[in-house]
Amino acid sequence: MKFGVVVFPGSNCDHDAYHAIGHVLQKPVEFIWHQSEELHNCDAIILPGGFSYGDYLRTGAIARFSPVMKVVEQFANNGGLVLGICNGFQILLEAGLLPGAMMRNSGLRFVCKHVHIRVEETNSPFTCAAQKGQILTIPIAHSDGNYTCDEKTLADLEKNHQVLFRYTTAGGKNDAAGNPNGSTANIAGICNLARNVAGLMPHPERAVEEVLDSEDGLVIFRSMIEALVGAAKATA
Amino acid sequence: MATAQTEIKVTPEIAAEHGITKEEYARIREILGREPNITELGIFSVMWSEHCSYKSSKVHLKRLPTQGKLVVQGPGENAGVVDIGNGLVAAFKIESHNHPSYVEPFQGATTGVGGILRDIFTMGARPIAVMDPLRFGEISASPNSSAAFAPRPSLLATATEEDAAKNRRILDGVIRGVGSYGNCFGVPTVGGEVSFEPCYSQNPLVNVLALGIAKKDDLFFAKAKGTGNPVIYVGAKTGRDGIHGASLLASAEFTEESQQKRPNVQVGDPFMEKLLLEACLEAMKTGAVVAIQDMGAAGLTCSTCEMASRGGTGIEIDLAKVPQRETGMTPYEIMLSESQERMLLVAEKGRDKEVLAVFKKWGLDATVVGEVTDGGLLVVKDHGKVAAQIPAHPLAEEGPVYNRPMAQPTPRSESVRDWFACAAEGTDLTANFTKLLASPAIASKKWITEQYDTMVRTNTLAGPGVSDAAVVRIKPTKRALALSTDGNGRWCYLNPKVGAMHAVSEAARNVAASGARPMAATNCLNFGSPEKPEVMWQFSQAIDGIAEACTALGTPITGGNVSFYNETLGKSIYPTPVMGILGILEDADKVLKVGFRNAGAVILLLDGGESSLGGAQRAAPGREPAREFSSSEYAKAIGAIVAGEPPVIDLAAEKRLIDCLVALAESGTVKSAHDLSDGGLAVALAESCFAAEGLGAEIGIEGEANAEYALFGERGARAIVSVSAGNVGAVLTSARQYQVGAREVGKVTRDNVLRIEYKGRAVIAALIPALRDIWAHSLERHLRIQ
Repeated sequence: MKFGVVVFPGSNCDHDAYHAIGHVLQKPVEFIWHQSEELHNCDAIILPGGFSYGDYLRTGAIARFSPVMKVVEQFANNGGLVLGICNGFQILLEAGLLPGAMMRNSGLRFVCKHVHIRVEETNSPFTCAAQKGQILTIPIAHSDGNYTCDEKTLADLEKNHQVLFRYTTAGGKNDAAGNPNGSTANIAGICNLARNVAGLMPHPERAVEEVLDSEDGLVIFRSMIEALVGAAKATA
Repeated sequence: MATAQTEIKVTPEIAAEHGITKEEYARIREILGREPNITELGIFSVMWSEHCSYKSSKVHLKRLPTQGKLVVQGPGENAGVVDIGNGLVAAFKIESHNHPSYVEPFQGATTGVGGILRDIFTMGARPIAVMDPLRFGEISASPNSSAAFAPRPSLLATATEEDAAKNRRILDGVIRGVGSYGNCFGVPTVGGEVSFEPCYSQNPLVNVLALGIAKKDDLFFAKAKGTGNPVIYVGAKTGRDGIHGASLLASAEFTEESQQKRPNVQVGDPFMEKLLLEACLEAMKTGAVVAIQDMGAAGLTCSTCEMASRGGTGIEIDLAKVPQRETGMTPYEIMLSESQERMLLVAEKGRDKEVLAVFKKWGLDATVVGEVTDGGLLVVKDHGKVAAQIPAHPLAEEGPVYNRPMAQPTPRSESVRDWFACAAEGTDLTANFTKLLASPAIASKKWITEQYDTMVRTNTLAGPGVSDAAVVRIKPTKRALALSTDGNGRWCYLNPKVGAMHAVSEAARNVAASGARPMAATNCLNFGSPEKPEVMWQFSQAIDGIAEACTALGTPITGGNVSFYNETLGKSIYPTPVMGILGILEDADKVLKVGFRNAGAVILLLDGGESSLGGAQRAAPGREPAREFSSSEYAKAIGAIVAGEPPVIDLAAEKRLIDCLVALAESGTVKSAHDLSDGGLAVALAESCFAAEGLGAEIGIEGEANAEYALFGERGARAIVSVSAGNVGAVLTSARQYQVGAREVGKVTRDNVLRIEYKGRAVIAALIPALRDIWAHSLERHLRIQ
């Protein structure tokens, strides 16, 4: 299996995702330049965090037009695994690969700190290695993480179990007190209806080693690896 | 398109307006062999400004120690470079962007970050960490000082509500500026500090330190070489922003008309800089880049003449080729523009296309604007017509050098009436302690640091507040680097030499408390007007203090920055040398943090000065404890007093403690370490409790001094460590080996209470959660944030 980490002009956390997958989890991974028109046979695509195009206009608004997004879209439509982290999540929203939109944090300031998120669903290739209700301590670093959607979209997300992660307090309570940016229904991450595309604002690649104060991000990558292994076996 | 404008004729008035003295003008005529034209005058005015030429500081900077066996590049290039093993080097430097941050806080701060980052990656080093030591005026209006404590007016100026509101606004703009640039660029802001003194009200200090890593064999320098080699301009287009930023903003004091200086403030674009970083590093890998320099202060002027001067060559450029984002710019404007995010590089002849292709890939403007010549002249053409022609070396290196008059100010005559009067023995100090923890100087800065991305690049082992120094690992080695910035302006005002020695000592001690060995230093020297003899005396004294301390502690100066003219309407700031010290941790796993880790651990007070726990009361010839204590944070926060002298400094004691801490970290025998500084022992204990989960401390100390001196005295060369019971013996042995005093002062408890007994009586007793809450949210309360 091979992971691909897309690099847009202004991506910063591409190196961190590469390090987590390639060095910590020891899986094959390569960078994909945003102008590439093919995905180099990668089995899973990561859209990393950062400030693609300097967040000009709106976060992710310009990156979603990068040439590589055409092939990412095709890949996603064919069931390929795509994970958008932070700016990557914003790009997926702008590209319409996930429903909803991102607004400025309710506190109107950039926030970087560890938060707690609860795994809401385990039937997804991003959470299958986790336990339902498991609390993960993972850092956020964003000024535009206030996920929002209209009432109908929210109802659909909940009904179809598309909310993968929700912000909670340290004790695991789904409460505004645990929500760092004011997002609707304390949503931290979602997936599409087909469950092969997901986005989350927290940075799992920053929580993969003990020296970084948390290894809770590993389970998300491990889930993807497990899902890919399962898929490979299924087609064998 | 060239403007057919009538060129301005240079007159004595115009020369004076440019900040050029009669003597300097005569020297210019001598160098050129004729009168300068207006473009040439502009070029000289920025290169010979205080900010660019260091004309008032050069004679003193010579006294700084700059040699060391690990120093690869000392002062003189864009950044200092030290060998960190594994074929790697660290490039680091600190710089100031003070005046622009008063005029336009957000842009002043962003461009300060941008500028220092470029200084690092122009050497071929990828920036991996940024620190921001900041100083602002008071953010709350001063309460009336208690007449009982200060019958005579103390040195502490009062802050009005108007001042405080303005300072809050400046702080907010600066924080947002620092965060917005570093976050977007993708470098973690891993530490820094903020202090508040009335003197910074109209002269905030925004110093920024950046650290980068490169392979030793892949370092780049700014020496233009090779006649005929193309000179290439890359990055943002040139506009009219920042013209005279160096000569008029950074080299002059503020007056009532300061707001008019707004167009002199540069405007930053961190996305552009991120592209520039990636493109430059990639271009450097082609092997086709001969030399490279960023365009910072004095833009094109500085980069061209300095590269030519350092290379012993000349440079010829045609401004018609320079990418411009305004129409009708004159040669003067183009040469003096300080538009950000631009670099100038020299490529190997015939290989410019390779280099240009890299910049094109990253979407950046890149154009050949000229070539390297022999003959040593900087020739600036405009559409083929010579607009300026100046010998590069005299312009860059033979600027005026002044040995300005120095005069020690009349020594303050103080008596015990001016100093802090301690409370009666046995008085409960909990209320005062709480007030101290709530003071902006001591309170948690988390509200600020959570606006910075402290973790990007996943190298941060200890971010703000976690350890005494910021610690970043160096993948893929086992090593880590530690950084600390420190500088107590108040102490430097009271005694510039001793204050400066403390700045070095504190930064080195902070590095050692994280387990790293201090190895090199950078300094940012923020002072008032060099035309004032008292200021020059302060400067000279500070240099002497830094020199002595850096020599004693083994941290040579590898580069830095001087910022003069930090004064408004004749009133200057406290002399504020800010030191940045870099240390190396051979095994990143051995990093030490400040928080207590386990109940039952023994808390030891290590003291390189081996004295009793008298704190400021240690007898020294001619000193009185009250005099020394009157310079402390406690005296300021509780008594509204700024007087006396900084604590006696003992460099040998500092060295002993540093060596001991490094050895203790290496041996793995201590669970936590935290040095004593602002607020003394009580604050260090509280901070170690705050950084822990559900732990408290039970402390019992004996001594002869007043309780306040013992608990809040700020004498250096001390640290607290927590040690598992089983390791106490080993730690005491280590301490003895390094001739560092070590005594048990108490234990870490499961209790969530901080209780300090002095001479058998409880003087502080408080619940940690309540105390922590006050400390954690005080800054927001002062800033009027809900």
